[in-house]
Amino acid sequence: MKSIMPRACALLAVALLAACSSAPPKPTPEPVYPEPVFSAERIVPEDSIAITTVYDPWEPMNMRIYNFNYHFDQWVFLPVVRGWQAVVPKPARTGVHNFFENFRDVRTMANSILQASPTKLMQSTGRVLVNSTIGLFGLIDVATSMGMAKPDEDFGQTLGRWGVPTGPYLVLPLLGPSNLRDGAAELPDFALQNYMQGNLLAKPVRATTFLFDSVDTRTNTSFRYYETGSAFEYQTVRWLYSTKRELDVEK
Amino acid sequence: MTNSNISQRLLVVLCLLLLASAASARVTVENYGFPIQDRYVATVVGTPEGYEADLPKYIPFKKRWLNVFPDRKLPDLIWYGQEMIYSEALQDHPAPLIFLIAGTGAAHNGAKNFNMARAFYKAGFHVVSLSSPTYPNFVSSASSTGVVGDAQRDAADLYRVMEMIWKKLDGDIEVTSFSLTGYSLGAFNSAYVAKLDDERKSFNFRKVLLINPPVSLYNSISLLDRMTQNIPGGADNFNEFFDKLVKAFSKVYKDEDEIGGDFLYQAYKAMDLKDEELAALIGVSFRISSASLVFTSDVMTDYGYVKPKGLVLDRYADLTVYNQVASRLGFTDYYHDFFYPFYKADNPNITRDQFIASESLTEIADYLRNSPKITVMHNQNDIILEPGEIDFFNDVFGDRATIYPYGGHCGNMNYRDNVALMVSTFTRGAN
Repeated sequence: MKSIMPRACALLAVALLAACSSAPPKPTPEPVYPEPVFSAERIVPEDSIAITTVYDPWEPMNMRIYNFNYHFDQWVFLPVVRGWQAVVPKPARTGVHNFFENFRDVRTMANSILQASPTKLMQSTGRVLVNSTIGLFGLIDVATSMGMAKPDEDFGQTLGRWGVPTGPYLVLPLLGPSNLRDGAAELPDFALQNYMQGNLLAKPVRATTFLFDSVDTRTNTSFRYYETGSAFEYQTVRWLYSTKRELDVEK
Repeated sequence: MTNSNISQRLLVVLCLLLLASAASARVTVENYGFPIQDRYVATVVGTPEGYEADLPKYIPFKKRWLNVFPDRKLPDLIWYGQEMIYSEALQDHPAPLIFLIAGTGAAHNGAKNFNMARAFYKAGFHVVSLSSPTYPNFVSSASSTGVVGDAQRDAADLYRVMEMIWKKLDGDIEVTSFSLTGYSLGAFNSAYVAKLDDERKSFNFRKVLLINPPVSLYNSISLLDRMTQNIPGGADNFNEFFDKLVKAFSKVYKDEDEIGGDFLYQAYKAMDLKDEELAALIGVSFRISSASLVFTSDVMTDYGYVKPKGLVLDRYADLTVYNQVASRLGFTDYYHDFFYPFYKADNPNITRDQFIASESLTEIADYLRNSPKITVMHNQNDIILEPGEIDFFNDVFGDRATIYPYGGHCGNMNYRDNVALMVSTFTRGAN
């Protein structure tokens, strides 16, 4: 220990010296670019806020996660989706989809209680009852064929219902666009689904549900990162997502 | 009865006959059942449920990628735009092939192209569906200059990718004949592509159908730009106007759970929007397209339109300012301050007025008049035409023009009568 200290001090001193000597007070000039034909100063009024503005203080990180999600899609998610579509016949895929949708209806039930919304509670309970029985444990969506309404409520909307603000915009790894409130609210919803599936399903099946649920969700989500080719895609998606969630909460 | 009397009466009868024959080319109001007569409502809402053509829900509509310019080095900001994306739905037997070209800012798999693909696939066609040259992915991957909107150059760019796609397909599928259609700007493009094909003869299109094309590009974009000025209280009140829209929207959204189907129609009925508000909405949606398009071209060419010339933006750059600026500009700004000067560099003698006049169907009116294979479907109350411009189609195409009394801009494209005519245009006389 004793022998290390002086050496560390010496190193530090050298480092400091090096820092001093290598940083002469030469201000690096900002490169000057010619004014574009239309600059912000020229056409955007000073106090104007664009309607598409979304609070996004973590934009640099979010953009990188957005980019990561694209690569994950390319190398893992979409190949698996293609395999899923190639190997499993359409009726079986629909069955899997309905099975998970049935759990989502349970999630809506729970959140309808938390939101004190008897109508949605009745609608979702009716769906779960019908689909879990006549629909063979949710494999067949009889409720929709019968014309029953399908409300979709999650814990993020429940928090919104009671006035919890969204917080900053957040792009979640693998899951995509979200915000601090909705992102955190994924956890209780996920825990609920896990708890139910833990009680209802045999252990080997239980272990794979998360995987199947993810593949099913991706299969049914047509969005592809960067396919519009617009440089403003990140901003547009951010705005559309935020507006959609705002409407979901009000609904 | 004197001779002059007879000849006078003959003249009147002749005139009446001529009028009648001209009118017979049109579908009259009495026998047209499209339910929305307001031009703006039709444009926004489209064809309500129950009036749509009966089309298969599922067709094998697959995305494909094409590396048009392998040597192109894209700026890092738009690194994902190297390959052009398009869609195809192929028959497993010999069949005619039809190319579809989307309208301003629209993708190969947008709702209108997809609906057409369903109709033509059902009718037994191989379908190849292309984005508009104004779609950002096309600008970065398939436009030879990166600055789109020029009738001839866009046609040449489209023709290049059509030839490349056919080269890929040739041998895998058997094609009995080639045809072409497009809507809105895509119809305008189709006319110029047809003309180019008559020179180069790669496809020898059997039939070409133009659906709701503009006559003069500049007139149409001016009309669309002016629509944003319809915002109650002026452009500076845009936020309030938009808030109102979103609020009204959410009211309907509460009752109906799915967006789509009848939703827009219900939304429109519940919102009780005035015509100028609908017009503003249309103008805004075009502005969103133009913002993306213009910025992509600016980055591609380093022209210095909204991004300072020479400034290199990487893929994680903060684009807030450019987004704000570009959203405040219209297609006419692009036309005057980017598009025209950009092409003037190649064509120093052309004046602004000559340039504007040349970007029109009027420019190729003689060709269109003498090409029996080209037909038109249009609407008397289309919002992208100046008053009187609709007469161009009756005048040039004669009985090859079908002008519906209403439908706005492409609002009736999925109405069953329209789809039936669309399909029969290509199946009639084919073997």
